[in-house]
Amino acid sequence: MQQQLTIKELERKAYVLRNDVIRMLERAGSGHSAGPLGLAEIFATLYFDIMRHDPKNPEWEERDFFFLSNGHCVPIQYAAMAETGYFPVEELLTLRQFGSRLQGHPERTKLPGLENTSGPLGSGLSQAAGVAHVLQHIDKQPHRFVYVVTGDGELNEGNIWEAAMFAGKYKLSQLVVFIDRNNIQIDGTTEDVMPLEDLHGKWESFGWHVQEIDGHNVESIRDAASMARAITTKPSVIIAHTIPGKGVDFMEYDYRWHGAPPNSEQAREALTKLRTLAGKITGEFE
Amino acid sequence: MSHYPLVHNLFDEDVVKEPIRAGFGRGLLAAGEANEAVVALCADLTDSTQMTKFKDAFPERFVEVGVAEQNLVTVASGMARMGKIPFTSSYAAFSPGRNWEQIRTTACLNEQPVKIVGSHAGISVGPDGATHQMLEDIALMRVLPHMVVVAPGDSVEAEKATRLLAENGKPSYIRLAREKTPVFSTDDSPFEIGKAYILREGNDVSLLGTGTMTYQLLEAAKLLAEQHGINAEVVHVPTIKPLDEATILHSIAKTGRVVTAEEAQVAGGFGSAVAELLSEKKPTPLKRIGMYDRFGESGAPDELLDHFGLTGTHIAETVKDYVQTTPQYHQDY
Repeated sequence: MQQQLTIKELERKAYVLRNDVIRMLERAGSGHSAGPLGLAEIFATLYFDIMRHDPKNPEWEERDFFFLSNGHCVPIQYAAMAETGYFPVEELLTLRQFGSRLQGHPERTKLPGLENTSGPLGSGLSQAAGVAHVLQHIDKQPHRFVYVVTGDGELNEGNIWEAAMFAGKYKLSQLVVFIDRNNIQIDGTTEDVMPLEDLHGKWESFGWHVQEIDGHNVESIRDAASMARAITTKPSVIIAHTIPGKGVDFMEYDYRWHGAPPNSEQAREALTKLRTLAGKITGEFE
Repeated sequence: MSHYPLVHNLFDEDVVKEPIRAGFGRGLLAAGEANEAVVALCADLTDSTQMTKFKDAFPERFVEVGVAEQNLVTVASGMARMGKIPFTSSYAAFSPGRNWEQIRTTACLNEQPVKIVGSHAGISVGPDGATHQMLEDIALMRVLPHMVVVAPGDSVEAEKATRLLAENGKPSYIRLAREKTPVFSTDDSPFEIGKAYILREGNDVSLLGTGTMTYQLLEAAKLLAEQHGINAEVVHVPTIKPLDEATILHSIAKTGRVVTAEEAQVAGGFGSAVAELLSEKKPTPLKRIGMYDRFGESGAPDELLDHFGLTGTHIAETVKDYVQTTPQYHQDY
């Protein structure tokens, strides 16, 4: 089990994960930039604080579960896994290469610590709901939680709303979902492509406890997860408002970076930008 | 010579008739009694897919997901992550008809032992019409890596197959029929996943059947012998993937002529699987009986089987014409 980190240390971890993501994507020469960068605080907080897990024993029988539903954001998960000790940090640079355990989209059978295989959108929430159902209604292990990250564009999928109804019906209170509300998908903004609002109202009407937070504020992320765990009558969704490409100013808010990696020059610039972001945090790791 | 025990009253009026899905229902209950990891999920068709016995015996291990086939198999995938052995049932037209990608990604690529139970397969579904007469499921399922595909020939075999699929550790598809069909196997008849069985020995032509068509082939073989002096070998192939290549090739080495029969599209289906085997291992003339690039329609089950040439009588005619126009291949390649 990890030791408790301070807010400042968690913020620094998010910065480390962003650096990893830029270096991975540059080396891979393909992959998604904006989503993983925008999820850095959520993953840092999940892996370094919220979840009970043991990187040296991924199948630990008391662990919490994590399901990435929008599999294309897996670079940030790989970074969080490496930085918490599931595998050597150097292995991150094998992302998307032939023979790598770090497939372009996550595959459970390739890498210990992954709970599912995802990529085609909309199925991760259902798989997490299956685990949560067993924990709550069959195996009766109320102390274990199932965390999920979904995209917002992903919410176009019917499979998501089938899962939302299911979790609502069975009151899967050990299920905690973060929606990466970054407002972009491949063809443009979510509200242009297929409007999601009133998103809060949608989930509430499906029987979920809904919170909305700043997805870059680690304290809010941690508090929202605590609140979600304390809700014992219904599943929880945390709509985390994030900035796509967060930390690299020329990628921020620009949907064209959804599915593109940086080239080497852009990566160099991005890493510089990430260091200036550090001004907000501290200067000690410049 | 044959080691496969058939019922004594195979062609009599009083032969027992029962829907194949009923055998699944008994098998699921037995699998649940034998292993508490077995769970069942249904998409609002609990009674007609015969999950009621299991539901009544193990209410905590039964999950109603509503009319949501994508969720059906993906929730099951999650339950499998927890060490459960989930059986998911619906009509074959909807599962695997509607949720193929979820099966591909979260069961097969993810290597979880999710069991897809496709009831009401084939045109013998009858009056519901083409939308509900699933004909493409064999093709859809057998192209998937890791997937096991089983189409039991009768209810007794379906019960055995269900119990074994619960313990095979793999994503698996079991194809069931709605209507009552004759029971030809007995409690003592062998069944293993991946095995084909010689039900009747012959030298003139190999008749390979899966699912409901095996009984029709037995009838056809009887008619061929009585009316045309053609001695057909009947091979029952309940497992379409993995195919029992040795048994099929052994039979064909003897007969040099092959006919396949299935209540499904011949394109990509069981007949295609046999064609692939023959063209690679032992090219042999082949006639495929099934549905030829068209959908079914409403009608009584017997009426439809008759119309589409899937009864013993029609098959005997088709085989007779084929045998009379096709030489036996016995060359060694």
